[in-house]
Formats: sequence, C-alpha cells, structure tokens
Amino acid sequence: MVEHEGIRRYVAHLILWIGIAIVAFPVYVAFVASTQDNALIANGQMSLLPGGHFLETYYKTIFVGTSGSTREPVGTMLFNSFVMAMLVALGKIAISIISAYAIVYFRFPFRMPIFWIIFITLMLPVEVRIYPTYKIVADLHLLDSYAGLSLPLIASATATLLFRQFFMTIPEELLEASRIDGAGPFRFFWDTLLPLSRTNMAALFVILFILGWNQYLWPLLITTRDDMQTIQIGIRKMITTTDALTEWPVVMATAVLAMLPPVFVVVVMQKLFVRGLVETEK
Amino acid sequence: MQKQSVFQSRLLPYALVAPQLAVVLIFFYWPAAQAVLQSFLLQDAFGLSTTFVWFENYRELLSQPDYFTTITRTFVFSFAIACASLSLALLLAVMADKPLRGGTLYRTLLIWPYAVAPPVVGVLWVFMLNPSLGILAHRLQAAGIDWNPLLDGDQAAALIILAAAWKQISYNFLFFLAGLQSIPRSVMEAAAIDGARPMRRFWTVTFPLLSPTIFFLLVVNIVYAFFDTFGIIDTMTRGGPAKATETMVYKVYVDGLLGGNLGSSAAQSVILMIIVILLTAVQFRFVERKVTY
Repeated sequence: MVEHEGIRRYVAHLILWIGIAIVAFPVYVAFVASTQDNALIANGQMSLLPGGHFLETYYKTIFVGTSGSTREPVGTMLFNSFVMAMLVALGKIAISIISAYAIVYFRFPFRMPIFWIIFITLMLPVEVRIYPTYKIVADLHLLDSYAGLSLPLIASATATLLFRQFFMTIPEELLEASRIDGAGPFRFFWDTLLPLSRTNMAALFVILFILGWNQYLWPLLITTRDDMQTIQIGIRKMITTTDALTEWPVVMATAVLAMLPPVFVVVVMQKLFVRGLVETEK
Repeated sequence: MQKQSVFQSRLLPYALVAPQLAVVLIFFYWPAAQAVLQSFLLQDAFGLSTTFVWFENYRELLSQPDYFTTITRTFVFSFAIACASLSLALLLAVMADKPLRGGTLYRTLLIWPYAVAPPVVGVLWVFMLNPSLGILAHRLQAAGIDWNPLLDGDQAAALIILAAAWKQISYNFLFFLAGLQSIPRSVMEAAAIDGARPMRRFWTVTFPLLSPTIFFLLVVNIVYAFFDTFGIIDTMTRGGPAKATETMVYKVYVDGLLGGNLGSSAAQSVILMIIVILLTAVQFRFVERKVTY
C-alpha cells in the first residue's frame, strides 16, 4: 500500500472535512440566525456571520418565549423535556433490570411465556398503536402529565433483552460464592449484579435519554396545555403558516437549545454512546 | 438458556416482573389489540354507535388508489433516504478508516447529528430552503431553478429526503466504521500485495466483507424512514403540498386525528404493523445468520 500514499491521505482529509461541513452547516446557520435581527432575516438578507443579538434573543427565548399570545418560555419546555427524558431512561432501566433478573436467576411457572410477552414488544414502535394508546392514557386521566408522557415509551423490551444477555455472561461461580457468604436474592442483586452492570446501565441511559428527549409524535398528541409542552412540540408551534409572523431568531435559538443537551451527551460520553447504540441494535 | 444455580422463591420473581408486565400489558398489548379491533368497526358520523363490519374498513381502504400512492411514496422515500445516506456515510467511513492524524476528532465531529431530534432537523432545513428567505433557496433561485417546495410536490419530496438523509448519516457512519474496523488488516494487505489497486481492493474485498453491515443498515434505515421521518414531515411540509409528502405514518395521524376516521386509521395501523413485523423478521433472520458465520 505504498502507491501515492501522500496524495491519498490529503484526499481523505479533504473528503472528511467536506463531510463535516455538510453535517455542521445547518446547525451553524441556525446559530447565526439566532444572533441576528428578525427584520433582516425576514427580508432574506441574513448574513453568514454572527450578529449582535445573542444575549437578547436567548434571554427572550428562555424566559419569555415568542411574542405570540399563547407564548410559553422555552425554559419551561426544556424542563419538561428533561423530566420526560429522565423518566423514560431511568424508568425503563429500573423495570427492565429487575425483570431480567427474575427471568435469568429464578425458575418459576410461566417464566418463558412472560419472557415472550415482553420480547414481542420489540416489534412495534409506539406510532402504530398511537390512537388506542392515547385513549387509554386519556381514560387513566394521564393527559398532560409526566406519567402519560413517559409510560407508553417505557413499554418496550430492548433494555430487558440487553440485561438478560449480560446476566447470561456472568459466571455461575459468582452466585455460588455469594450464596456461601449467606447472601439472599436481594443482597446478590444489590452487592454483585448492580455494580457489574454499571457500564451497561450507563450506556443504555445515554441512548434512552436521547430517545426520550427527541420524542415528537407522542407528546404532540397528549399535551394540550402549553405549560406541559416539550421543546420539540414548542418549536413546531412557533412556526406559523404565514412566514411573516414567524420570529426566526427565537425559533433558531430554540432549535439550538433543543439540540444542546442530547448533543452534549453524545460528545462527552462518546464511548458509552457508541457502546449503547451498538448493543441496543443487536 | 438458563443458569444452573438459581434462587428459590415462590413470589419474588413475579413481583420482579410485575412492573414491566403491567406497563407492557396496559400500554402495549391493550392498545395493539384495540387497534386490531377498531379496524373491524365502523363508527357512525356522530360517534354514537359502532357496528362490527369485518373487513369493510380494509376493503374501503384498499379500493382507494390514493392509499396505494401513499404506500408507493413511503417506499420510494425510504429507499431514496437509505441510498443517499448510506452512500455518503460509506464514503466518509472508508476515509475515516485510514490511519489519519486526528482520526478520533473526525469521528466526534461526524456522529453528533444522531442526537438532533427529527422536528429540529426539519426546522433547520426548512429555514435554509424557505423560498422567500432561505439562504440556500436564494442560491438555487440565482442558479435559475424555480424553487418553491410550498407549491411543487417533487421539490417538497426532495426537501424531506434531503433532511431525513442528513440526519441518518452519522448513524450509518458509525456502523460502517465499526464494520470496516473489524475487517482484518491482513486481508487488505494480501490484496495489495497481489497488486490490486485501491478502488479494486474496495470493490472486490472491502465491499463484499461489509455486505452484512450494509444489509443490516438498509433495514434499519427503512424502518427509520417509515417512522422517524414523522417529525421532519410535520415541521417541514405537513404532508403537503397536495399530499405530495404524506407517508403511511403521517396518513395514520391525519386520518385519525384531523379526519376523525378512526376505523380507517386503525386499519392502516394494522397494515403498518404487518410491514414492520415483516421487516423485523428479515432483520432477525439476518442477525442469526451473522452469528453462525
């Protein structure tokens, strides 16, 4: 592999930078737009360099919202999205790890049927059962609540399967050893299994947090009150059908704020993210 | 498939699976069953009475040429999104797989769009390509293209495909890179010693060895294009103009909510379920095969 190594390397660098530019350009435009004057943008005279309205726009976006009559500060939406993402991630991990524990470490009647009942949920995303789920959540009086936002998204088997697979790889001797030490099922779970699962839980958390944060169709249906909106819903409502009324700097600032937490998680916890992504897809 | 040594307890295991079973039964099985049942029912105009009509909703649905257009459109979108995104991601992954300085930096800079939510992706692109104020739209108009996705259905479709493919690049890149890194160096070196030039090496050695990854990603991308594009479509075009960007999932949403036609919406849901189950089955078969390789 010696032919034209130097040139090839430059070409590779060049192509990668073009790729990065393609990937980053829309986000750069959004950021630049969020720092400029609305009148300029609406006239189609937006500059590609940052303007001077950064603090003003972001202050307005986070604490006040758009100038419309049904405005809601984006700070509230960020809070709602955060609560929803945390509930989805932690809730799913919590109920999955204990059910996987039961399925792997106990023998009881209907063990396999129960496993299959959980396993089959892998197949269908929430979108295909959206209206019946809506009706159930409404009947349970969970519309406009954090429980209603997160519970239907917790009902899936990915995490259970992952923990089950992981528990299967833990050597039998560990259980026997802690038995000799007199540990019961609770102690074994708490002192042995949980510490061993820490990396798996963290990787799963990263993926589920992003999944919860980025939900759209479900919160769109079940939130009717403005103060329960997640940021993904809020941003759509800011775009009015008549272009002239859309406050683009605020919309773009909201887009930037909506991206920040999940992108931060991916970049900072990159190893865990990659691991979680590869494992949940298996 | 089970540990040799286990705990003995009569009630504890049930208590441990109870929370998940409850959530799954209430929020998964019950609504899924309702969707199937609903698809056999017909509601009168005022929602006062429902009658059991067997396959009437399906017959009605499948007799509309419109619905087939929607199905075809969904598949066309899916393949276009998958092909655009997969080819660009593969190119970038092959480049990033070389021993370059700053390799990990490139990876970081290419994977973060995974975390951007579909509606936000829609907003970003709709802003740049808005016919009256978008900066990319101005370039297109300056180049003599009559760019107006608000009126032109094909342009609106291109807009959706572009935005959806953009978002999926990082995901595909990551899996391609992992696939490339699992190809043993010795195989590549052997081909090089045999005198195969880089392009030939890629098509005769790398590409075939990568085919399981490509197939896996193709299925994942199609499922992505079916469901996760909802947020993109809803923020960019809302299915318009004149339904030119209405996919199957979007139609379920519109018919059920705005149209109030729950029976038809449920029948569509069931058809979607069947398609997803088939796709998942294909994917599982493939995963099994990969294990026995």
